[in-house]
Amino acid sequence: MVHSHDKAFLEDAQALVRDDIPQSLLPENVAEAQERQVVEIDSHALNFGPQHPSAHGVLRLVLEMEGEVVARAVPHIGLLHRGTEKLIEYKTYQKALPYFDRLDYVSPMCEEQAFALATEKLLGIDIPERAKWLRVLFAEITRILNHILNLTAMGLDCGAVTPALWGYEEREKLLEFYEAASGARFHANYFRPGGVARDVPAGLEDRIGLWAREFPKWIDDLEGLLTENRIWKQRTVGIGVFSSEQALAWGFSGPCLRASGVPWDLRRNQPYDNYHKVEFNVPVARQGDCYDRYLVRVAEMRESLRIIEQCLDQIRPGPVKVQDPKFSPPPRAEMKRSMEALIHHFKLFSEGYHVPPGATYTAVESPKGEFGVYLVADGSNRPYRCKIRPTGFSHLQAVDELSRRGMLADMVAIIGSLDLVFGEVDR
Amino acid sequence: MADLSINPRQGRLEGQLGAMAFTFMSSWPHVSSAEVEKGELVVRIARNHLLEFLSALRDDPRYHFEQLMDLCGVDWPQRAERFDVVYNLLSVTYNRRIRVIVTTSEQEPVPSVHHLWPCATWWERECYDLFGVMFSGQPDLRRILTDNGFEGHPLRKDFPLSGYEEVRYDVERRQVVKEPVSLTQDFRDFDFVSPWEGILTLPGDEKAHEVRQGMKRGI
Repeated sequence: MVHSHDKAFLEDAQALVRDDIPQSLLPENVAEAQERQVVEIDSHALNFGPQHPSAHGVLRLVLEMEGEVVARAVPHIGLLHRGTEKLIEYKTYQKALPYFDRLDYVSPMCEEQAFALATEKLLGIDIPERAKWLRVLFAEITRILNHILNLTAMGLDCGAVTPALWGYEEREKLLEFYEAASGARFHANYFRPGGVARDVPAGLEDRIGLWAREFPKWIDDLEGLLTENRIWKQRTVGIGVFSSEQALAWGFSGPCLRASGVPWDLRRNQPYDNYHKVEFNVPVARQGDCYDRYLVRVAEMRESLRIIEQCLDQIRPGPVKVQDPKFSPPPRAEMKRSMEALIHHFKLFSEGYHVPPGATYTAVESPKGEFGVYLVADGSNRPYRCKIRPTGFSHLQAVDELSRRGMLADMVAIIGSLDLVFGEVDR
Repeated sequence: MADLSINPRQGRLEGQLGAMAFTFMSSWPHVSSAEVEKGELVVRIARNHLLEFLSALRDDPRYHFEQLMDLCGVDWPQRAERFDVVYNLLSVTYNRRIRVIVTTSEQEPVPSVHHLWPCATWWERECYDLFGVMFSGQPDLRRILTDNGFEGHPLRKDFPLSGYEEVRYDVERRQVVKEPVSLTQDFRDFDFVSPWEGILTLPGDEKAHEVRQGMKRGI
C-alpha cells in the first residue's frame, strides 16, 4: 500500500530533482520513494474484540478489510462456553432452571419460561391462572428491560451516550420489581415448572401499574433523542439490510425477522401461557435495516406496556403454583405441622420429580426472538438431553452476509441491532 | 379456575399434523415413522433420503418449511447407531412445526443441509463439536464452541461431566496452563432409583398390594 504522505513526498522530490541525475547520486530517501512506486493493494485482517466494548460481550470478529470496506467478517464464538447443556443433564429439573437465567442474562425470565413450559408439557400439568398472568406480566417486564438495554447500548455504540444513562435509571426501576417478586435483581429463578416460585408481595401490582403509566414518557424521550436524529439515521438507515427471504433462510426470529417484513410473533401465532387473552399489535417494518430493527423494538416496548396493563386488569388472587405437592413445595407453615409436607419437601429438593419419557421442542418469543428448548426425558428425575436453541446464534452467523461490502463503522451498528448476548450464544 | 384450552388453535392444528403424518407415511417409503407426539409432528427417516425429504419440505407449496430453527444431536450410546440428529423446522406460512430425526453412528456422515438453509452451517459445526457427528458436504466442519485444541466430544454420554483437562493461570510461569482435572471432592452422582421400586409385592403383603394397584387404576 502506498501511503499518501509517500506520494506527496515523491511528487515534491521529483519536482525538485532533475531526471538526468543517476539514481546512485540521489539522496537515500528519494531513491527509496521512487522504488516504492509499485502500488500494492493488500487486504488486511482486523481483530474486532473479544475485548471491544461494542462487541457486546466476548465476540471475536475477524474482519478482512479492503481499506475501510469489510470484505469478509468471520465471527469466532465459544469464549463464554460453559457447558450448560451438559450440566443440565446432571441436575434435577428444578436445579436445571437457574441455568436459564445465566444464558441470556439480559432477559432471564423469558428463558426460564421456555424451560418451565417444556417441562410442564412433558409432565402434562396445567398451571393456575394467576401464575399464567404473573408469567405474562414478568415476561413483558423482561422484554422492556431487554429492549432498553439493547436500544441504548446500540445508541452508545453509535455515539449517543445520553440514552444509555437514561435507560439505566428505568432498568433500575424494573429490576426492583424483579427483586420484589423473586428476591434477585438478575438471576431470578422465578418461573418454575408448575407455576412461579411465590406470589408477588402486596402492593407490587399497583407499583407496576404506576410505573407503566409513566413509562411512555420515557419512550417519547428516547425517540426524541434518536428517531429523527440525523446522525443516528446516517449510522443506521440502509445499513445491514436483509430481505425477508434472507431473514427466513438464515433462521432469523423476533424483532430482526419482523424488521425484514415478516409478521411473525410466537406470542400471537403460537400463544403460550395467557398470551391469547391479551390484545396487542405486532409491529412490522419493511426495509430490514438497522434503523427498522430499532423502530420495531421501540414499538414493541409500547405494545408490552399495553400487555402489562391488560395483565394488571385481569389478574385475580389465587394460587400461583400447581396444588400438587409432587411438583411444588408445600408452604413453610405446613411443614412445621405436617409430616407428609416435610417428606414431600425433602423428596422434592433431593430427588425431584420424575418426568415421563418423551420429547418436546417448546419455544417462546423471548425479547431477542425465538428461544427454544428441545427437552428429552427418559423417565428419570434428570433431563436426558436439553438442547437450548439460542436466538443470537443464528443472528450472529449472518453477520458476514449483513456486513458485506459495508464500512468498518457499520459493523458496530449491525452488531448492536442484532441484540447479541454471549451467555446465550455460547451457552 | 384453570383454563384447559391452553392454546385455542391446538385442536385444529393436531388434525392438520395428523393428516400430514399420514401423507408422509403413505407417500414416502423411507419414512420409518411419522406421528404426532404431544401435539408435535415427528418424522423419522432413513439418513440417505434426508436431503430429498428436507428439500421437499422446504420447497413443496403444501409444506413451506422455510426456517430451520434448530439442529441438534442426542446421544443414545446403547444403540448401534448411537446418535439422533434432530431437525426442528418451522413454516411461517402455515404456522406449523415439524421435527425430522435421522440416526447415525460415529463414522457414518449425515448429509449437510447448508445449501438448503445457510444457517445450518453453525448448527452442524456445533453438532460435530459436541457429539462428533460427521456431516458430508459441509465445507466448514470445524469446532465452534469448545476451546482451541480441545479433544473429545463433550455432550456424548461417555464424556465425564468434569472433563479431562482443567485450565488455570500460573502466576510463576505467567501463562495459562492445562492440567489433568483433579477434584478436591469426588463428584457426587446420586442414584435415585429406589431399590423398592422393582419389588411389587412383599411376602405376606399381597392383599395390600392388590388394593394399592386398584387405587392406582382408580386415579
